[in-house]
Amino acid sequence: MVFKKKNSRYDFPIIANWVAPNSKVLDLGCGDGELLNYLKKERNTTGYGIEKDPDNWLKSLKAGVNVLQVDIEAGLPEFEDNSFDVVILSKTIQSMHNTEEILNEMLRVGKQVIVTFPNFGYWRDRIQTIRGVMPKSKELPYSWFNTPNVHLCTIKDFDNLCKSNKYQIVDRLVLTDTKSVKFFPNLLGALALYSLVNR
Amino acid sequence: MTTKNSIGIVKTKIFKSSNSLRLQSGKVLKEYSLVYETYGKLNAKRNNAVLVCHALSGNHHLAGKYSSKDKHPGWWDNLIGPNKPLDTNKFFVIGINNLGGSDGSSGPKSINKKTNKPWGSKFPITTVEDWVNSHEALITYLNISKLAAVIGGSLGGMQAIQWSIQYPEKIEHAIVIAAAPNLTAQNIAFNEVARQSIITDPDFNKGNYYEKKKLPKRGLRIARMLGHITYLSDDVMGSKFGRKQKNKSYQYDFNTEFEIESYLNYQGDKFAEEFDANTYIRMTKALDYYDPANGNKKNLSKIFKKIKSKVLVVAFTSDWRFSPNRSKEIVKALLDNNINVKYAEITAASGHDAFLMTEPRYHAILESYFKEMLRN
Repeated sequence: MVFKKKNSRYDFPIIANWVAPNSKVLDLGCGDGELLNYLKKERNTTGYGIEKDPDNWLKSLKAGVNVLQVDIEAGLPEFEDNSFDVVILSKTIQSMHNTEEILNEMLRVGKQVIVTFPNFGYWRDRIQTIRGVMPKSKELPYSWFNTPNVHLCTIKDFDNLCKSNKYQIVDRLVLTDTKSVKFFPNLLGALALYSLVNR
Repeated sequence: MTTKNSIGIVKTKIFKSSNSLRLQSGKVLKEYSLVYETYGKLNAKRNNAVLVCHALSGNHHLAGKYSSKDKHPGWWDNLIGPNKPLDTNKFFVIGINNLGGSDGSSGPKSINKKTNKPWGSKFPITTVEDWVNSHEALITYLNISKLAAVIGGSLGGMQAIQWSIQYPEKIEHAIVIAAAPNLTAQNIAFNEVARQSIITDPDFNKGNYYEKKKLPKRGLRIARMLGHITYLSDDVMGSKFGRKQKNKSYQYDFNTEFEIESYLNYQGDKFAEEFDANTYIRMTKALDYYDPANGNKKNLSKIFKKIKSKVLVVAFTSDWRFSPNRSKEIVKALLDNNINVKYAEITAASGHDAFLMTEPRYHAILESYFKEMLRN
């Protein structure tokens, strides 16, 4: 897997791998709608995207996605329990305020939940912190003063949250660039991908 | 207003139905007329027709002018025309004056053949459901088996959603703007004040005023003033008028002191000259009665089961008469039925009236939505 064009995302195939064919999918923070369209193509999925940013919303519309402009910080009251096969939160959790509430809502609405996030325990981030500056990287391109990311976490942190909230981890994959990281993932992995269900 | 991209000079047509129409009230209109306008060309497949439904004070004159001397274009001219968001180079656009209207369709102002006099108070109250039935008759007459879209704001949005419920096979897309699945008590209350101001005007004469010299302008004027306050947001009134005064100092009398008073009086006067009081009270009744779920939110999901069209729902943040939360009730019931729905919440200052404004993001959304329709 290589970067082909600006918007192609190397985590898409992994997410698609975890999504059963013909699933009904809800993508929270669907951006330009590319992931939903990828899943539609690869897995024949249906479903909806949620996007609050007006520019991204319009991109999703143009991509033909069923996009809804609601604020997920207020939960998912528009959706019934177990009304989706899969609910996805891709590289968005770190910018959420009500993080725990959202995860609970996702597991209420979806039978399966996929969460991906930049691992703050990644060695490049750690080194920058040791040097005395806030980390910046491919996964975390912002400066401390303009970052939307308010709830960054490490893989260990997320594992602990799953344990205490009784989320069952069905699958976990850690990547750096496009390569899977098996050794010391919390130190050597840049991006974490989780597939969860309610225990 | 620039004439660029204008549809130009337009003509009103008339559809006369000799078939009777059974109304929701149980009454029957033995025959009826609808005035309408069309812009653009119906394509060979006859599948590019877009019906535009009007709100409380609208009519069939959506765009263009009647003559080169005509001062004002149709009420949605900023949206409809060649290369405009609803592009008349691509779509065949239809505007209809609803039953009970006063611009040429059968209504209190039109002649009752039985008596050879204006219907006046005798014209039955028609509902959103009745309008949709009458629209369908006209669409069938135009030999269109399926509309590409039905679009409307406010009361027009209610008609768009009702079209999807009532004729699911005959509509491809519903575009529901600044609407709600029914009115709140507060909304009905505003409507009742408007109606009372008209009905208690001594010149109203129980609705039979057409043959008298005097029209119930006072009542209609107050009703419009009240309406105007509720269509705008506190913010936009504040920024537009604030406490700006007509004179440098207070006059200590009851003449117009503040700019906002002057604005409301002007709007009220203008409207009372142009609009019909009987139509106004009937339109507010149609709003009040509309409630496809019969007062039960859960019912809405059941009713929406019939819907086959795709739906775009648009709401405006500062709209407090048809707030985004009410639009989201529509969205929720559509989601419960796995319907293809898109929902946009537009940050706009101008309140309920925003749906008539040239708000860039709003128009960009509609433009893209119509373009998407052509692609699929």
